[in-house]
Amino acid sequence: MMKKILKNSSAKGWLYLLPALLFLGIFMVYPLIDVFIYSFEEGYNSASQTYFGVGSYNYSYVLHDPYFLQAVNNTFLLVIITVPLSTGIALLISVGLNSIKPLRNLFQTVYFLPYVTNTLAVGLVFMILFKKTAYSDGFINLIINWFGGASVDFIEGPYWAKMFVLCFYTIWVVMPFKILILTSALASVNQEYYNAAKVDGTSKARTFIRITLPMISPMIFYLVITGFIGAFKAYSDVVALFGTNLNAAEMNTIVGYVYDMLYGDSGGYPSYAAAAAIILFAIVLTITCINLLISKKNVHY
Amino acid sequence: MEVVLQNLTKKFPSRDKKNRGDVIAVSDFTFKIPDGELIGLLGPSGCGKSTTLHLISGLQKPTSGRIFFGEDDVTDLPPENRGIGLVFQNYALYPHLTVKQNILFPLQNLKGKDKLSKEEMLEKAHEAAKLVQIDELMDRKPGQLSGGQQQRVAIARALVKMPRVLLLDEPLSNLDARLRLQTREEIRRIQRETKITTIFVTHDQEEAMSISDRIVVMKDGVVHQIGKPQDVYDDPANLFVAKFLGTPPINVFDGQIRDGRLYIGEDEVLDVKGISEREVYVGIRPEGFLLQENGPMRCKLSRVEVMGRDISVVAENKASLNPTIRAIIGTENNVNMQQGMVRFALLPRKVLLFDKKTEERIKF
Ligand SMILES: Nc1ncnc2c1ncn2[C@@H]1O[C@H](COP(=O)(O)OP(=O)(O)OP(=O)(O)O)[C@@H](O)[C@H]1O
Ligand SMILES: [Mg+2]
Repeated sequence: MMKKILKNSSAKGWLYLLPALLFLGIFMVYPLIDVFIYSFEEGYNSASQTYFGVGSYNYSYVLHDPYFLQAVNNTFLLVIITVPLSTGIALLISVGLNSIKPLRNLFQTVYFLPYVTNTLAVGLVFMILFKKTAYSDGFINLIINWFGGASVDFIEGPYWAKMFVLCFYTIWVVMPFKILILTSALASVNQEYYNAAKVDGTSKARTFIRITLPMISPMIFYLVITGFIGAFKAYSDVVALFGTNLNAAEMNTIVGYVYDMLYGDSGGYPSYAAAAAIILFAIVLTITCINLLISKKNVHY
Repeated sequence: MEVVLQNLTKKFPSRDKKNRGDVIAVSDFTFKIPDGELIGLLGPSGCGKSTTLHLISGLQKPTSGRIFFGEDDVTDLPPENRGIGLVFQNYALYPHLTVKQNILFPLQNLKGKDKLSKEEMLEKAHEAAKLVQIDELMDRKPGQLSGGQQQRVAIARALVKMPRVLLLDEPLSNLDARLRLQTREEIRRIQRETKITTIFVTHDQEEAMSISDRIVVMKDGVVHQIGKPQDVYDDPANLFVAKFLGTPPINVFDGQIRDGRLYIGEDEVLDVKGISEREVYVGIRPEGFLLQENGPMRCKLSRVEVMGRDISVVAENKASLNPTIRAIIGTENNVNMQQGMVRFALLPRKVLLFDKKTEERIKF
């Protein structure tokens, strides 16, 4: 019987995959299904493990919760601003790095520092840069003052200032990884294509658009997708910058909302948390599918 | 377009810390290439063929020397302004563009008064594609083409803007034997039709001999001989050129000249008047041997190989630099050869003498 299975090559393949699938099932698929079930159980009480009924009330509650809407708003802003900007800036820096031969390694190390530094430590540095204290207005404000502007409270001040800090921080944190990927992608483009383009009289700009970009498009696409997913999952960075009471600071994200619903001061509502998590899952899934569709046309493997 | 190379030299700084000397890839190359000719640039690996091509294309700057296209000094012109077509060793077709887009690419770069309308571009692209017989493959990507087809696309891309000079860097090295023969004929045909001055790099002497108007034989960056293929073959300037050209290769022996006679080993094989007594290298082309019962040159027969048209006699001689020598004899000499001794007479014009020290040719 075993022999028969092993002869069938696709069955063989599944057999080899079995251990991995088992783990994936236990740690990824089962929790997902569980969360999905939770999200439809109304009035679930974690202490007594009971619930009133099954329905879509949890979703309706979450979707009408102003804190959740705020979190969705924040998350989308963050995604829309940081993903294109960080990818674009990383591309610019990588192209620059790729064209200077000396000191390239040093630059690469410098750009890579944020990647290996702990999120919370980096968050502290940003506090110093931006936070107003009794003694100083923060480094950035010093610069603003020097140019004759008035101080802005970036951590507890107006919404746009806080959003700016968050976006700035997010871009800065993801930059090294993107630069690393893009510089190696650029370096792996065969020099002969550039020589051919040169002989054919191609301008620098056209070479970049018609040759370099298509050649590294799989990597750019990869960065955009992981960038989207990463930004949608933003949480720890926000905590590092604005503390744990994110709802009060108007800076909550969807993942933050989920966490608050579970463990926060106003928490203890696993059903609401589950519903919010499923909504996030649906959003990320949709966006990734759209990305894949767009990439079919524009990415050259 | 006439192309003139004047004392062209290219040195690369040595990376080797111990060995400080520069690598001289091309050394003092002077040559006037007549308009519309096909030149075969020939030499062993690393002799500077690609470097020469890169210098002409402008992808590399010469250390010294000048390059002229017709009257224009192009030495300091960047490659994009030289009006050359270059076919790379591995084609360098843009993999993400279709064949048509690849061929259109150089045309779309034209600016100013040379700018073409969309229709003109398409027409030119189709013309070029037809010339190399790939007009049926226009919508494929390079990855979906065979090696030979890719090569023809690369030629079409190089030709489409009607370059002043066409440069081909070992374009046939990736093809199988049959396709090689076919494509080299095609290159010859296209070159004849377009009359574009063409330089064709190869390390395959047969390839160079068969399609070139003129061949240039290089070694270690130095040009050893330039001439019509047959002339270079019949009348090589030195031992290297003689050895490099011809399949099967020339047979080389130690020889002496005594009293105006050439000796190979103990055998007095040829009269050579007017050369002083000395040691020489004797090169004998495989077709320079004639089977003769009382021939002066005696060798030990190893085996006879029948190759259709010809018979190849493999023999041994003590004075030979190689373990065996090879003679090619027409099948009409239907000789029945036994194991043992075989005797040859020599065709004087297939016998070449070279100085032992300089390896330069000694004419007689
Ligand atoms: N960029 C470079 N830096 C240093 N040395 C180089 C460089 N390019 C070529 N050389 C050296 O110059 C010499 C000639 O190289 P070239 O590429 O012209 O040889 P080739 O005749 O084209 O050989 P092949 O038939 O193998 O392609 C070689 O010794 C090579 O090592
Ligand atoms: Mg080469």
